Order: sequence, then structure tokens, then C-alpha cells
Amino acid sequence: MSDQAKMLPPVDESTLWGWMRKNLFYSWFSGISTFVLLWIIFELLYVFVEWGLLNATFEGADRTACSPDGACWAFISSRWPQFLYGLYPVEMRWRADVAFLLLVLALLPVFWEGMPKRRWFFVHTCVYPFEVYILVWGGWFGLEVLDDTRRVGGFMLTLIVGLTGIALSLPIGIVLALGRRSEMAAISSLCVMFIEFIRGVPLITLLFIASTMLNYFLPPGTTFDLLVRVLIMVTLFASGYMAEVIRGGLQAIPRGQWEGAASLGLGYGKTMGFIILPQVLKISIPGIVNIFISLFKDTTLVVIIGLLDPLGIGKSAVADIAWKGLSREVYVFLAFMFFVFCFVMSRYSQHLERRLDTQHRD
Amino acid sequence: MSEFPKRAGISDILYDEKFRAWVIQFVVIMGTVGLFAWMTSNAIENLAELGITQGFGFLDRTSFYDINQALIEYSSTSTHGRAALVGLLNTLLMACAGIVAATLLGFFVGVARLSSNWLLSKVASFYVETLRNIPLLIQIVLWQSVILTLPSVKNSIDFGGIVYLSNRGTVIPEIEAGEGFVWVLLSFFVGICVCVYNMRRSKKHQLETGEVRSYFWVNVASVTLFPLGVYFLLGSPLDYTLPELSRFNFKGGVTIRTEFVSLWLALSIYTSSFIAENVRGGILAISKGQTEASLALGLTRGQLMRLVIIPQAMRVVITPLTSQYLNLTKNSSLAIAVGYMDLTATLGGITLNQTGQAMECMFLLLLFYLSISLTVSLLMNWFNVKMALVER
Repeated sequence: MSDQAKMLPPVDESTLWGWMRKNLFYSWFSGISTFVLLWIIFELLYVFVEWGLLNATFEGADRTACSPDGACWAFISSRWPQFLYGLYPVEMRWRADVAFLLLVLALLPVFWEGMPKRRWFFVHTCVYPFEVYILVWGGWFGLEVLDDTRRVGGFMLTLIVGLTGIALSLPIGIVLALGRRSEMAAISSLCVMFIEFIRGVPLITLLFIASTMLNYFLPPGTTFDLLVRVLIMVTLFASGYMAEVIRGGLQAIPRGQWEGAASLGLGYGKTMGFIILPQVLKISIPGIVNIFISLFKDTTLVVIIGLLDPLGIGKSAVADIAWKGLSREVYVFLAFMFFVFCFVMSRYSQHLERRLDTQHRD
Repeated sequence: MSEFPKRAGISDILYDEKFRAWVIQFVVIMGTVGLFAWMTSNAIENLAELGITQGFGFLDRTSFYDINQALIEYSSTSTHGRAALVGLLNTLLMACAGIVAATLLGFFVGVARLSSNWLLSKVASFYVETLRNIPLLIQIVLWQSVILTLPSVKNSIDFGGIVYLSNRGTVIPEIEAGEGFVWVLLSFFVGICVCVYNMRRSKKHQLETGEVRSYFWVNVASVTLFPLGVYFLLGSPLDYTLPELSRFNFKGGVTIRTEFVSLWLALSIYTSSFIAENVRGGILAISKGQTEASLALGLTRGQLMRLVIIPQAMRVVITPLTSQYLNLTKNSSLAIAVGYMDLTATLGGITLNQTGQAMECMFLLLLFYLSISLTVSLLMNWFNVKMALVER
């Protein structure tokens, strides 16, 4: 008791000084680390702000317009359309814009639960892939056909690859996950083999297969567009991971749900379609968003097999003589763009996880 | 079911679950086999048309290309098989170096995120949130472009004449073990054995009498002073050559190439941001009651960490940690973007392009990555069963 009587009163946290004493300088070690950290933050910020903002040049026609000891952002702004559309023909770019606006419309009902007439917008979401196909490749309704799919590039390509991968891998992933849990030995082992194969090898090797080998397995003389081959491989890759997320969701459904459905006399198809899968999909959304984030980041790998994603555009831009030696600017810019996309999505996924978590806590 | 009259008929067989299962499996297996047969026959036809001879004979042919970093002897007159082996060793080297660095960084950042120092925890979460949301490939090329802005070899940044930093790489002294160095290693090993023996003795003593006996300083001496003593007794059997700057390049010393450094930095920093999250999750998963109970029993803070929190957190952390290690190993295949010659760049890159043996090269490449993944997951399953909480 005497020890306690001698104890100091707790620090008053209501004042700034009190808060700092409690959270930054509560021991000599913490005090030193606070100062060291402050110094590091200051140094890094100073270097970055000086290079990227104060000494930077934002507008100009070529390298000579830029100051030598600052970033040359003029280069990015001059190449901006390419970063967005790749080498997509200028007179056709409005079609890509329309496709993007329709994408926003297609995603709204997925994320906005209280949306009026949500059901009708969902119909639009389901036909959206066909709209993109018609708009981007053309050939229907008097739209001019795109002569070479290699022209599709930039963030447009990133979105196309990422969204196709996630949209097509969802049904395949569900089938694989159900197959893996099937009691039929042949089916479950086939699914396990496929899933483990996909998850065991790097995406880049699958892309190599797409670029060098896929044509060998088709009847002689078949030629296949590189972009389509990449889309197939990315879809297969994503479905391996999707299957595991769905399997996790399936395992989280209590046994009572199956028993309840069985006692109502529902067969396998109806149990799955009306009882189990709607619940599984709902709790798997955070996992699906996480797959989408990593797929979105992984789309940068297509540059290695020669597609012009933003990184590919950046690499070819750096080789341009008028702007030589600006690789840092390009990569910092791309890192920032990807960061913004992925950060927003990961925050959304965390928010969903938290919300779903409270609903299921008993 | 017995209340219904039995009707032997076709519908009986159709609705029999076992029968249906057999039919479905039969159809699926036949479909898969058929698909593979079709693809194989197409491939044979296509390859015959291209005039590519099949088989692994190309591995014995001369490679005619150079590899800038080889752990074993290699030159452009070596075989493709040798080149693949060099690449494989480079992949493993990158994986090991990356795993060590990512683990250290990841644990540090993960613990820092839980620090009661507000600034430190905020900096740690900034680190995690930024780095895991930037694609790895961009991080790799970004590091490369930063390293390439270092001064040229001639104007290398000099760290006391021991380490030199330039845009072509980092040069460190070369260390060569002389005769008798084996004895130093052996004495170090003996020191470790002494430590283990002491720990067992002290545990036994504690179990018998309840008294805690510390051998800490004895242990420290047996792993440091003892090998050091042996080292000096044998007359310092360790030779080193300092790098020396000649006109165009360094004489002596080992050069760690730019490709290696940029890939290694990017891989370990990227992976460490994921490991940090796993570590944080593992520590947070331990309920507060465990801490309170341990403190109530009179354990010190150190004992609390060592005996209660870490063993339980490890159980949660080990599985995601291994999958991060596997990810790192698979991601090391991005080496091709900076020109680090790993297995994907040698066997799946230059060898494939030179010989045109796409099938065989891809087969070996996939086999390598798959066998690593499957071995590690099997080990992990075994470990998980062993570590699982025994519940009543």
C-alpha cells in the first residue's frame, strides 16, 4: 500500500503537452526514437518535396525545358493520353470513355446497397462485358473494328485485364470450390490438382505459356490474339485463388444451414443456389476484393511479354530521345497511381470486413 | 423409403445417387483425358511441322550465352543444363536473402505498429499501407532506377576503403577461409552444444527445486569467447582482400551487382509489409487475459513475451508467414525485369528462345516451382497438425 501511496498521479492527457508526454516521450528510449523518427521523416520529406515539387517542372515540350535538379513532370503530362489509352486510335478514344462511364454505372449496384431500382441496374451489370466488347473492339452497330489488339494499352488495359479476370474467375472459382468439397473422389482430386498447380507457379510462367506455347496445343494453323491468350491465362490464374476464397466462405457456413435445407426437402442444386451460395458470396466479398487488388497489381507483369500496360508505356517513353533518362519520374508517377487505386480498394475491403464481422459475432 | 412400393425401372437407376456419382465421374475423367489427348496430338503435329526435336537432349548442348552472376563455374561454352543450374542457384540465393531480410524487417515493423509510441506506430502503418499497395514490378524498376543514379565506378562512394557503392553494384571485401578455419567453426558448434546442455540442466533444476539458475553469461562466453580463442590460437586463419579501385573496375573484393540489389531490396521490402501485418495479427490474436494472468502469476515482462505471448503468436503467424515465403520465392521470377539471371531468365528465357524447346523448358520450370510449393505446403500441414491446440 505504501508503494501505491507514493505513486505519481496519472499524466493529464487533455493538454497537448500531456498527450505528448503520454504518447511520445513516456520513457528515455521512446523519446530518443521519437526524435530519430522526426529527423528521418524531415530528411525524406525535404528531399522529396525539393525534387518532386519545388525544383520540378510541370510543363514543357521536351527534356531541355526541365530543370536538371528537379523532377520533370512535363514529360508525364505530355504522355498522359498514352498512359490512359495506350496506342488506341485517337478518333476511337470516345468509345473507351463511354465504356468507362458504363463501368461506373455497372459497379454502382454492386457497392451501393440502398440503390433505387438496384435490380434493374444489376441487369445492366450482367450485360456490361458484352458492351465493353462491342465498344472496345467494334465491328457491330457500324463501329469501326480495331485493327490490332496490341493498341489497347495503358490503364485501359489494366482495367480490362483486371476486370475480365475477376468477373470470369468468379463462376469458375465457385465451380472449383464446390468440386474440391465434392464427395466424388475423381472430381475433388481434379479440382485440387488444378488449384494447387495454379497457386504453386508464378504468374509470369503462365504468361510465358500464353505467349509462347498456347498455340501449340490448338489445331495447326489456329492463330489466337495475344491479348485473348493473356486474358485466358489471367482468368485461370485468378480462379485458382478465387476457389480458395470461396472454399473459405463455404467452410464458414454453419452445418445447420445444410440440415435446414435438407429437412425442407431441397436438393443439391436448390440448397446451393438459394441457401448456401448467397451467404457464401456475401461473406467472401472482402476476399474477392483482395484478389482483385492483387490481380490489379499483377497486371503490370504483362509488360514482360510485350503488352503496353502503363509500365510498358512508361518503359517505351523513357527510351524516347527527347525525354531520355527520366525513368524515376515515370516509375514514381506509376507507383502513385497504382497506390491510389489499390489503397482505396483495400480500405473498402477492410471496411466491409469490419461490417460483416460485427454482424456475425454472437 | 420402404413404405413405397418398389418399382424396378430406369428411373430407379437414374435417381440412384451412387450410380449418378459414378456416371458423372466417368464423364469428367473421360472429358479431361480426351482434352489432354487432343492437346497432345495437336502439340506433336505442330512441333513436327516446326521441325523441333523433342526430348531433353538440348540440356547437353553448348549454351553460347553468358550469365553475369554465377555461384558455380560457368562460361558461354558450358551446357544449357549447367546454365539452368546456375539460374536455379540464383533463384534459391535470392529467395534465401529475401526471406531473411523480409522476416527481420517484417517483424520489426509489425511490432512497431503496436508500439505505444504514437509516432512510431503511425510511421509503421504508413510503411505497410504504402508498400503493399504498389505493384512489386514497379518497386523493382524504381529501385533499379534509384541505384543507377549513384556515381559511376570511378567516383564510387567509399566507406573507409572497405565497401564501395557505385551504379554498377556494391563491392565488399572478399573473405577466404584458410587452413584450420574448420576448427573455429567446430568450436562454435561445440559452444552451441554447451548452451543447449546448460538450458536443459537449468530447466531440470527448476523443475526439481523451483529455483531459477541462470547460465546466461556462461552461454554467451561459450559461443563467443571460446571460438574467438581458438581462432587466435590457430593464428587467425581468415584471409580477406580489400577491393582496390583500378582504372575501370575493382581489383579484388566481391561485387554484389545492381540487378541483385534492386531485386533483393524490392522483394524484401514488399514482402516485409505483408509479414508485418501477419505478425501484428498474430500478437493481437492473443487475448489480453493471457497477459493479465501471467503478470498476476508474477512473470516479468520478458518472461511474459518469451513464455506466453510468442509461443502462442507463432502458432497463428507460422502459416501465413510460410505462404509469404512462397510468394517471395515465386515473385523472385520477376528478376527477368531487371536482368538478374534466375531460373526463369535462363531456362525459361534465353535457353527457351535459343533452342525453341518451349515444352521441355516450361515443363522443367513449372516442375521446379511446383515442387518447392508442394513440399513446403506438405511440411506446413504436418507442422500445423503438430502445433494444433489440443482441446478437450
